[in-house]
Amino acid sequence: MSEFRYAVNVLPKPGILDPQGRAVEQSLPHLNVTAVSRVRVGRRVELTVTDDSEQGARAVVDGLAKELLSNPLIEVYAIELLQGTSSADSSSAVSSKVPAK
Amino acid sequence: MRIGVVTFPGSNSDVDSLNALTVAGVEAVTLWHESADLAGVSAIVLPGGFSYGDYLRAGVIARFSPVMRSIKEFAAGGGHVLGICNGFQILAESGLVPGALLRNRSIRFAGRLVNIKPERLDSPFTRAATGAPLRVPVAHGEGCYFADDATLDQLERDGQVLFRYVHDDGTPVLDPDDPANPNGSLRAIAGVCNAAGNVAGLMPHPERMSESVLGTDGGMQLIRSLVESAAEWEAAGRPSPKTRAEARA
Repeated sequence: MSEFRYAVNVLPKPGILDPQGRAVEQSLPHLNVTAVSRVRVGRRVELTVTDDSEQGARAVVDGLAKELLSNPLIEVYAIELLQGTSSADSSSAVSSKVPAK
Repeated sequence: MRIGVVTFPGSNSDVDSLNALTVAGVEAVTLWHESADLAGVSAIVLPGGFSYGDYLRAGVIARFSPVMRSIKEFAAGGGHVLGICNGFQILAESGLVPGALLRNRSIRFAGRLVNIKPERLDSPFTRAATGAPLRVPVAHGEGCYFADDATLDQLERDGQVLFRYVHDDGTPVLDPDDPANPNGSLRAIAGVCNAAGNVAGLMPHPERMSESVLGTDGGMQLIRSLVESAAEWEAAGRPSPKTRAEARA
């Protein structure tokens, strides 16, 4: 058995009103930011699954994402396999690495 | 006759609902979320509040509680279930009524009086209503009714839209940015029922306007409707719900 760490990223379906995204967008002029548009606010859930295989673990996450973590009527989700313990842990946070100046 | 009101962790309108049912003259009992025993009740109210802290999505965690498994069976057997506010969110998340409740279009928590009007007076949840607009409070952050256009058309066609937000003159508040539609609900929908007609949810709180000492007792029309329907269902020997096809035939 191995442990697999995942993130499930949940977003409002395209076309569904996202008042939170709209509020964030409407705040941008106050920051003098004009180049940003189409802001959508979602939710990210991270979890660890113990299973024989990555395939089996992913099936568990997929079932959970459909049944509990998202509402298929209004939301879409994407599953991401994480390398480290958490994307909030800097050693594994690939996407948040700031390029050296 | 006994009607049950479920208490989830975070329910806050359970006592108001018990009171309204008591005023309506039935024995009102609390059903605990961790118990699958429905205590022989003849109808069930899922009250307002913030069950399980509204974590993840309003209503979703309550859906997996032991009491909800029993309530699903109760509803499948024809029993009447009314979800108010958070109770509506729980029913929608459970798939017991169609659609979903999104965050209010304004992003603001809506806590004030609104007008709603029953769309039909021959449903189990409106049979004691006069048909005039009712002034009732809302208190929610996620009450914007959503379903896709095809579903909305089907709901209207099959009489599953039970309540709409209306102006003082009784016309629906179709502009979702008009404050008289407190959450931006599509087609001004404030409440719907399932295809069989025995499970209904609405965002406003009829139980909080159920005695004249509270300002108006208009909400009592809906409480009384539930009581009458439950009594009739008991008297008929708890018949199963008609399928939509049978109901149309």
